[in-house]
Amino acid sequence: AVIDMENMDDTSGSSFEDMGEMHQRMKEEEEEEVGGEAGAGEEEDGEFLGMKGLRGQLGRQVADQMWQVGKRQASRAFSLYANIDILRPYFDVEPVQVRARLLESMIPVKMINFPQKIAGELYGPLMLVFTLVAILLHGMKTSDTIIREGTLMGTAIGTCFGYWLGVSSFMYFLAYLCNAQITMVQMLSLLGYGLFGHCITLFVTYNIHFHSLFYIFWLVVGGLSTLRMVAVLVSRTVGHTQRIILCGTLAALHMLFLLYLHFAYHKVVEGILDTLEGPNMPPFQRVARDIPVVSSAVLNTTAKAIALTL
Amino acid sequence: FPGLADVSISQDIPVEGEITVPVGSHSPDEDYSTLDEPVKDTILRDLKAVGKKFVHVMYPKKSSALLRDWDLWGPLVLCVSLALMLQGGSADSKDDGGPQFAEVFVIIWFGAVVITLNSKLLGGTISFFQSLCVLGYCVMPLTVAMLVCRLVLLAGGGTISFIIRLIVVGAMFGWSTLASTAFLADSQPPNRKALVVYPIFLFYFVISWMILTFTPQ
Repeated sequence: AVIDMENMDDTSGSSFEDMGEMHQRMKEEEEEEVGGEAGAGEEEDGEFLGMKGLRGQLGRQVADQMWQVGKRQASRAFSLYANIDILRPYFDVEPVQVRARLLESMIPVKMINFPQKIAGELYGPLMLVFTLVAILLHGMKTSDTIIREGTLMGTAIGTCFGYWLGVSSFMYFLAYLCNAQITMVQMLSLLGYGLFGHCITLFVTYNIHFHSLFYIFWLVVGGLSTLRMVAVLVSRTVGHTQRIILCGTLAALHMLFLLYLHFAYHKVVEGILDTLEGPNMPPFQRVARDIPVVSSAVLNTTAKAIALTL
Repeated sequence: FPGLADVSISQDIPVEGEITVPVGSHSPDEDYSTLDEPVKDTILRDLKAVGKKFVHVMYPKKSSALLRDWDLWGPLVLCVSLALMLQGGSADSKDDGGPQFAEVFVIIWFGAVVITLNSKLLGGTISFFQSLCVLGYCVMPLTVAMLVCRLVLLAGGGTISFIIRLIVVGAMFGWSTLASTAFLADSQPPNRKALVVYPIFLFYFVISWMILTFTPQ
């Protein structure tokens, strides 16, 4: 029999809506008899119903086949891309390794003529980013930051993840241009561990409010972690100009980020005498919120006492 | 079997195990019977299951009941009640300084998903929804802490109330972390437990911080 598909015009309703019923029917029929007989049964039904019925049935069958193929393709794509096992090798660490890497991230290497090894691991950096988010939240709450559009949590997450992913991508792009030997995962890992210095600095300076203390921490702690990252990058780059470009960019971005985090969410406590910091006050002032006044007052007086005795 | 002739089992090794006869496959009659039962029975059965899990969280010991029949009703109720109680802490009327309802909701669910993914990536044997279920149910001590904090704040603010709230929230935070660790850390290889516990600690720390810094208007 010649089936003229040219004028196939399925007016028997949406094929996709009928497709579900057809699935059910076909499944039940398969359970009762062999599949081949069910197919023949469908076609016989079509012939009995006449030409219009045949076209309708045909349309439904084609739609059904397209659905099957589409479903198979989608599930294959899903199992390929959404497979969590792709990331599994990057989380294969031991706690001692994480601790060792955290401490190493503050120690600049001396050998810059030999390419330094970078562990391509994502657990430590991810946890550090989340810790930074938590610390920022704490800082934003104590400084009474009022976010007009968006939420505190959204801002903190956006800032930290944006920095980690964005600056890593940018540095990877620069490294590609400057012909440095570093992969994306290694760059993510390097920058993530560099955030350890940021976490320490912000954790200390959000609780003890002294501008001079912050600057010391910024230079020392931030500087150490930046030096480490820069040294590792330099060891993997050839050529004087390229080294300068990469290291300058990374150092600038890293140090400026710490500065931004401190002054954007910094709390100015009323009544603190900052004799060292007269001209360096941030341009906007914030009113202190009425929460743990006791704890911050105790910490501040202790810090002042220590500073005076030094 | 000649090779097995000299195999001997020492008397000290107890031979034990479970002999369970697998229940027959679901016949269509069984399915229809739970459909035909009155709604009250269904609701009571679900409520009993939820209640049993709450009890398991209060006294965390290694039982598999919480894991085996996971459900997300309890976490939903806890999350919604916590988010509702955290309302009304705004400094201004126009710009909200306190957490919005959606914020608390997103923090809890997004945080739970991240912890679950992390524990799966570290080689955990627990499934996705089981882990979500455990983390959600272990928010219960913190909800109780929120209730206590609100009651204490009704009595008035000040240093003493802050200290009381700090102690209560701290204790409940420790309880939550311990309870969820008791369930989740078992599914990890023994030397990696610290890697799984840290994100849980951070998650409950963020929630505790939100509860502690809540000041009603």
